[in-house]
Amino acid sequence: MSVTQSIITIAAVVAGTMLTRFIPFLVFPERKRTPKSIEFLGTILPFAMTGLLVVYSLKDTVLTACPYGIPQAIAVILVVVVHWWKHNMMLSLAAGTIAYMILIQTVFA
Amino acid sequence: MRLFDKARHPWLAAFRAAFPLTAPVGLGFLFLGCSYGMLMGVHGFSVLYPLCMSALIFAGSMEFVTVSLLLSPFDPIAAFTLAIMVNARHMFYGIAMLPRFAETGWIKPLLIYGLCDETFALHVSTVAPQGIDEKKFMLATTLLNQAYWVSSSTLGGLIGARLPQHTEGLQFVLTALFVVIAMDQWRAQAVAGRTGIILGLVVTTVCLVIFGSAQFMIPALLGIVLLCLALRSRLEQA
Repeated sequence: MSVTQSIITIAAVVAGTMLTRFIPFLVFPERKRTPKSIEFLGTILPFAMTGLLVVYSLKDTVLTACPYGIPQAIAVILVVVVHWWKHNMMLSLAAGTIAYMILIQTVFA
Repeated sequence: MRLFDKARHPWLAAFRAAFPLTAPVGLGFLFLGCSYGMLMGVHGFSVLYPLCMSALIFAGSMEFVTVSLLLSPFDPIAAFTLAIMVNARHMFYGIAMLPRFAETGWIKPLLIYGLCDETFALHVSTVAPQGIDEKKFMLATTLLNQAYWVSSSTLGGLIGARLPQHTEGLQFVLTALFVVIAMDQWRAQAVAGRTGIILGLVVTTVCLVIFGSAQFMIPALLGIVLLCLALRSRLEQA
């Protein structure tokens, strides 16, 4: 691929990505009344999308071969337990991430 | 003693308030951005590529996909379509942010441009601390996250070799962040919000199992929207 072709390819990816980000704001501009159903989705999607992001961030976990997603499962459970117990975001993130790093670098290396 | 006057330096105050909240994202991006920059370096691309692509595309997973697009035969239409498919979830972030971004004036395009997964997750889980302007706070969050990503990708492109030892697994901080945000939302919400979280978790998991990790996003998004609309009357009463 030539440099020009790479630039065109990157521009196409930028255009596609930005279309997905801008389209709701173009279809439902501030000066027009947003349909009730879209308003409703706007109230519920912030929660549904967080659930989606949890799964999305774990999508490359392989469950059919060693280590069968065990490090991810342990680390997620640890985050839940520590956060439920202490309600301290930084502590929960540190506990889960450090546990995960130790597990994949030593126990499941 | 006050270091500076919040009222006289509202932008500085907004960035200072946003920084600790964005720090975990910065840590996750350091690993992912570096990995992406190094992947480009390994394939012989100059550091300008990760620099420009991370700033302009600013969608992590799509940038990894773009590396393989650049190594394949030239097909810009396919690249455009693929970008829409991979990033379809952004449309739903936009719908969720319609009220939040209303009346933000000139910063609105910047907020939309930088609405990546992590920035969206911070927007739905945080409000500006007292004395800090909400719009400036949201823009500070957006720009800090974008700066972390661009600088990490560029750093990776410059290193171009192997990551330092013992950094493997650092990207888990982003998963942990989403889990913590979901738990905080759960605690703060009544039945409707909690149902939303469960729908997101369950529908996405089911679609991942059925369609596999390359194909599950579009069915998951459609499933979530359709189920939300189907449960609308119940959720609005709840």
